[in-house]
Amino acid sequence: MYENPDLAASNFVKGVDTAFVIIYAVSIFFLVAITVTMIYFVFRYNNKRNPKATQIKGSTTLEIIWTGVPILLVLGMFYFGWAGWKPMQKIPKDAFTIKAEARMWQFNFIYPNGKREKNLILPKNKAVKLELIALDVIHSLYIPAFRVKEDMVPGREKEMWFIPQLEGEFDLFCTEYCGLSHSYMLSTVKVLSDSAFQSWYVDTTKVVPVEGESLAQAGYDLMESTGCFACHSIDGSKLVGPTYKGLYGNQEIVITPSGEKEITVDEEYIHRSIYYPNAEIVQGYNKGLMLPYKDILTNDDIELIIEYLKTLSE
Amino acid sequence: MMALFIVGLSLGLAMKFELLAPGKTIMGAQDYNATFTLHGIIMIFLIVVPGLPAVFGNFFLPILIGAKDVAFPKLNLLSWWIYIVGATIAISSQFFGDGPPDTGWTFYAPYSFKTGTNMLPAVLGAFVLGFSSIVTGLNFIVTIHRLRCPGMGWFKMPLFVWSLYGTAWIQLLATPIVGITLVMVILERTLNIGFFDPALGGDPILYQHLFWIYSHPAVYIMILPAMGVISEIIPTFSQKHIFGYKAIIISTMAIAFVGYFVWGHHMFTSGMSGTALYTFSLLTFLVAIPSAIKVFNWVATLHKASINLKTPLYWALAFMFVFMVGGLSGMALGALATDVYLHDTAFVVGHFHYIVFGGTGFAFLGAMHYWFPKMYGRMYDAQWANTGLVIMFIGFNALYAPMFYLGMIGMPRRYFDYLPQFHAANILSTMGSWVMATGFFIVLINLIRSSRNGAPAEVDPWHGKTLEWTVPSPPPVLNFDEIPTLGEDDGPYEYK
Repeated sequence: MYENPDLAASNFVKGVDTAFVIIYAVSIFFLVAITVTMIYFVFRYNNKRNPKATQIKGSTTLEIIWTGVPILLVLGMFYFGWAGWKPMQKIPKDAFTIKAEARMWQFNFIYPNGKREKNLILPKNKAVKLELIALDVIHSLYIPAFRVKEDMVPGREKEMWFIPQLEGEFDLFCTEYCGLSHSYMLSTVKVLSDSAFQSWYVDTTKVVPVEGESLAQAGYDLMESTGCFACHSIDGSKLVGPTYKGLYGNQEIVITPSGEKEITVDEEYIHRSIYYPNAEIVQGYNKGLMLPYKDILTNDDIELIIEYLKTLSE
Repeated sequence: MMALFIVGLSLGLAMKFELLAPGKTIMGAQDYNATFTLHGIIMIFLIVVPGLPAVFGNFFLPILIGAKDVAFPKLNLLSWWIYIVGATIAISSQFFGDGPPDTGWTFYAPYSFKTGTNMLPAVLGAFVLGFSSIVTGLNFIVTIHRLRCPGMGWFKMPLFVWSLYGTAWIQLLATPIVGITLVMVILERTLNIGFFDPALGGDPILYQHLFWIYSHPAVYIMILPAMGVISEIIPTFSQKHIFGYKAIIISTMAIAFVGYFVWGHHMFTSGMSGTALYTFSLLTFLVAIPSAIKVFNWVATLHKASINLKTPLYWALAFMFVFMVGGLSGMALGALATDVYLHDTAFVVGHFHYIVFGGTGFAFLGAMHYWFPKMYGRMYDAQWANTGLVIMFIGFNALYAPMFYLGMIGMPRRYFDYLPQFHAANILSTMGSWVMATGFFIVLINLIRSSRNGAPAEVDPWHGKTLEWTVPSPPPVLNFDEIPTLGEDDGPYEYK
């Protein structure tokens, strides 16, 4: 509604904004008209000006008019709301399919060729379908510029689609409250021209440590892109998971299904915590919040992570 | 209850202060999340739902129908004690266990099962409070059916009584559903029975259905008595018969009825079937009609009236304005395309504060200024009352109107922190919260002072025609020495 339709960022903008304009126009008209009438009556029929009220008990004609006219108006609003929404339900069969995964508190986008991204990279003018997967609690994927939003519900298979029509960067938010860092669960949509998208897409070389970059730095980059720091701080402050600062080599009491025991945070323990996070929980933290990263992080990845964690215990 | 309201208000102010600037201002994210949860629990379950019926219903319902007391005075006392117990349990969640709950007042599954915070007392408290609501509803229904004085036919009842009647039926029929739902949450958390958590084979959407089947009608528990109050204030200060008495009754009962079938509009993005979505959208638009009818009738009552412009009428006029803003902003939320865009954004927060605070809150304060002389036997200082009202009205709009704008530019709700583009409107909103709180405290302090040293009130300071204006101010314990009898020409709005 605040954008020129020729510059609409997606194929839904026009329908949604038409509904907005119509609904707001009718609403504002009634708000102003009724308020003005009300204030006029209060002045005109003030008891100083009009000491004697005229007793009128009602009017069936008026009641019918002001029931009938609003019904017609709201049916009109309903229609435009429905018309703008209807196309969102019709997903084209040949749409380019990307898996959107949400967990506390990060989005991940997985492309058909296995590419995994924190940001949503899209080709311009091509129908895109997102398969919505929530791994832990309910999230909601919202791209204001595209006028789309759909909840991501664990245990349910859901989809959404759109055609990006403008190159550029747009905000993507989680709009279903999902705990501590809900307001930091956001990402960027990058719409590229078809050729730029293709060259990005075919480049599947894995990010390898840049020449001269230490293993620890590579570990940090990996953890950053995996979203570890959403729940584990590196400065010693307490989030929903234990801080990484000073963790490596530390003695911790953990809760296991068979009771409490004391362990040392060593390479073995870190491996187990990443693959089976709920088997041994550090005392004072809750079970069930962290999901297994078995399919996401390889043994080599964990080696890099351990290298980085070591630097936090020096 | 006033104390609880001030706690809720302070929590709201703290949140607005936190949002004054991006990043951490006065509290961390966990505290912020706990704050909006407690703010919601206190304001919804402890203040807005029971507020008007408990305070003004219990006091004036019997008088308005010419009865000495409600049908079951002891049940009434029981409901009060249940309320205290429920409130205590709910608030104890803040002080014991693993930290204050952080799920929002909606307790959405499965987050409410995963969070390590102290969920059980909060849920149990809400469950216990439900009984208070049910018992009050039952009591009011029986009172209205059985205790009307001779001559008080159904269509001679004041409209506030009618609104309480509609409300009481919702309380009686809808509250048990949320009771069952909360019990299911408790069972799931303690015994691991899978109702809602997909990890246990449950369905989170089922929770949302059950929750909103109650919680949407609950919105009408909040607003119907408010509409009833306005329907009393306007004729009294117009010195004129209410316009369309029966139309207002029909609209009240229509809201109470259709209100049961619109809960789905809270879930347009949750993944219901397309048919369910547009059915709910259509019904949502239809439930708006009775509210529009009421507004038209109120305005028509002012036409050719002889208006006595006093504080309660100012509140009624302020109510009508904010209620219209709230209601009309609801149009964009009822339509599918626009709701998909606005769902769970700041726009929704603005919308429901306009309805439940602007609507119910302003009506409560209007009722307070209308019936204050009757309840305390003293008049209040009108000048201070009006000053407070004007400041509060300005602050209210500065606080909540920016939220419409923020929602339109895409700011999600329940946001501890935000991107730079949302900053400017948040500053205005926070400043509005200070102005509004100032206005509120002027109103409150004026009333407290006047209840001690105001000038003695007459029996009928506003020249009203309903029965409470025939008994002394304040009324004796059993209201009437002798049960009144209404003649053929008597009625709640029979002005000459």
